[in-house]
Amino acid sequence: MEVLKIATAGSVDDGKSTLIGRILYDTKSLTTDKLEAIEKTSKQRGYDYLDFSLATDGLVAEREQGITIDVAHIYFSTKKKSYIIADTPGHVEYTRNMVTGASTSQASIILIDARKGVIEQTNRHFFINNLLRIKDVVVAINKMDLVDYSEEVYNKIKADFSELMSKRDYQDQKITFIPVSALKGDNVVNKTDKMPWYKGEALLEHLEQLDKADIFNVGTPRFPVQYVIRPKTEEFHDYRGYAGKVYGGDLSVGDDIIVLPSKTRSKIKDIYFYDEKYETASRRSSVTITLENDINVSRGDMIVKEGDLPTIDKQFTANVCWMDTNELTPGGKYVVQHGINKVLAKVERINHKINPDYSGFEKGVTGLAINDIASVTFKLNKPIFYDQFKNHRTNGSFIIIDTQSNNTVGAGFIQ
Amino acid sequence: MKKDTSHINSLENEAIYIMREVAAQFEKPVLLFSGGKDSITLVRLAVKAFYPAKVPFPLMHIDTGHNFPETIEFRDRLVKELGLELIVRNVQDSIDEGKVKEESGRYASRNMLQTTTLLDAIEEFKFDACIGGARRDEEKARAKERIFSVRDDFGQWDEKNQRPELFDMLNGEIEHGQNVRVFPISNWTELDVWSYIEKENIEIPSIYFAHKRKVFLRDGMIWSADDEVVYRDDHEEVIEEMVRFRTVGDMSCTAAVLSEASTIDKVVEEIRDSTISERGARIDDKRSEAAMEKRKQQGYF
Repeated sequence: MEVLKIATAGSVDDGKSTLIGRILYDTKSLTTDKLEAIEKTSKQRGYDYLDFSLATDGLVAEREQGITIDVAHIYFSTKKKSYIIADTPGHVEYTRNMVTGASTSQASIILIDARKGVIEQTNRHFFINNLLRIKDVVVAINKMDLVDYSEEVYNKIKADFSELMSKRDYQDQKITFIPVSALKGDNVVNKTDKMPWYKGEALLEHLEQLDKADIFNVGTPRFPVQYVIRPKTEEFHDYRGYAGKVYGGDLSVGDDIIVLPSKTRSKIKDIYFYDEKYETASRRSSVTITLENDINVSRGDMIVKEGDLPTIDKQFTANVCWMDTNELTPGGKYVVQHGINKVLAKVERINHKINPDYSGFEKGVTGLAINDIASVTFKLNKPIFYDQFKNHRTNGSFIIIDTQSNNTVGAGFIQ
Repeated sequence: MKKDTSHINSLENEAIYIMREVAAQFEKPVLLFSGGKDSITLVRLAVKAFYPAKVPFPLMHIDTGHNFPETIEFRDRLVKELGLELIVRNVQDSIDEGKVKEESGRYASRNMLQTTTLLDAIEEFKFDACIGGARRDEEKARAKERIFSVRDDFGQWDEKNQRPELFDMLNGEIEHGQNVRVFPISNWTELDVWSYIEKENIEIPSIYFAHKRKVFLRDGMIWSADDEVVYRDDHEEVIEEMVRFRTVGDMSCTAAVLSEASTIDKVVEEIRDSTISERGARIDDKRSEAAMEKRKQQGYF
């Protein structure tokens, strides 16, 4: 069994929370006491149906306004997979939350209201899925019950959306259209008989059959050293282990490696996970590595395979999503956190702003406001070891930290 | 081959990564230990993260004085066996010093009072990171909690102004006086925790397994009949039942469930088939729909 993280995006009234509530209900993931609470509240509000959105909208402010304002995580599992849904809000002012939710997801669901079709917000949702290179995207055309389950409406929306698809720069993305009614449960978990013209799978059926190759980006192995383990006990007197998580590909005992930034060569001697030794450490495992030679390695260094070096540079250009109310301006100084490595950075220039709806670039921009996306060039006080985001999701991304407030104020994807 | 393929392994790898980030990014971290299954799981993950070195931070238990005796006995044995450092701070001391007032009546509990004792202890030891076993699946407000969650000088959670968390990157930058609550098992469900306990063969307090206990019924829930700690009306009759506990909080706010599950595999099976959520047996959440969010804003774990 594996974990699949899914980001959802949709506008305020597209019924996103209802869709998630429906999935939980139909997979019997809602417990009796939660279901009773939903029934009680739905009744109090005078609805003649169950308001499944109550299952996910957690914060008081959201329940009052009836909208989602932050990323909520929802968990459920089937016999085949465990799922984590990052439920993000769809408003323009929440672009940053969408980027956040999508950053940890391998698949995404974009909701479209069948009555409204492709709207400006749909462009933005799809743009973010593209920017973050989500491999599998489901376009769920919702509220089909309100358009008489019309094939014509479905085809029109599909055609409009396909026009957007021609504009994206990540062409390998897999896109699947599914007509659904979250309220009535059509094509969500179970296939409906109300749309015999639709030959595809129900939403959950589609997610169930996705396998690793469909959802994970493969790259070259990168091993940022997180922590140096030196027990200094009698039994482990000379032990010097490098703890970290393997990204992008596998590392094996005997591999010829290079430690960055010193460019010292060595070989992997042992791979430990707790008290057991392994021949290979696969991607995303948190292991401890020992090396053949006694060399000086500390936190922030990176172990890579010989012949597979990342770019080592004090300058880079990246697409940045700005997340703070204070503007990013040329000359501004920040901390860039690239993986576990922190360096001081200066904004060299803003190259251009990117309209997140595929309508083009804006040149001559003097600052970035919250939720803006732009190409920005940074200068660093010491080199980092990076890959392009399109080749390596982990080693090609970073966050920007404000030196005054310590807040995370932006995210970047290296070009 | 050390693989990440199975669900529980990927959660374990994520949690170990978080433990190591805490040790690397903070000067004085502490692991908040309640004696419950979630914090016992955290201890196991910490041991695995730093092996063969010792866990580089102490455990701290905020003792309400109303814990099940089995929990305390278990705690002391665990700490001794693993050679860990344990700090204990008592809610009773906060009461004696007049900092908090004991609740009275039918639903009296010391659960709320823990917050003051906890915040005082954080200040006393100047802890800058507190590792806790909260999970996002437990409760609606917790579903929005970050893995690194910043608390201000008053220990408060500003839920509308949380730092975004992208990819694996954890931003632990804070100002003097602030601290970060860290939740390594954020993405675990109750069933995941139990499956892990089973897989790793981790010892847990006996009250998690079915046993005979003197109890009484109130509001459709089963309460431990301990006259010292749990308030009971005269008409609430004491009976003996086979029960176990799904969460182990304060005796005054933790209800039991009827159960025959006396071994770990039977418990896992029971959780898998259960139709009531874990916190459904926590009376403190039922006070109002927004109970958890309000407590968290005030600095509760």
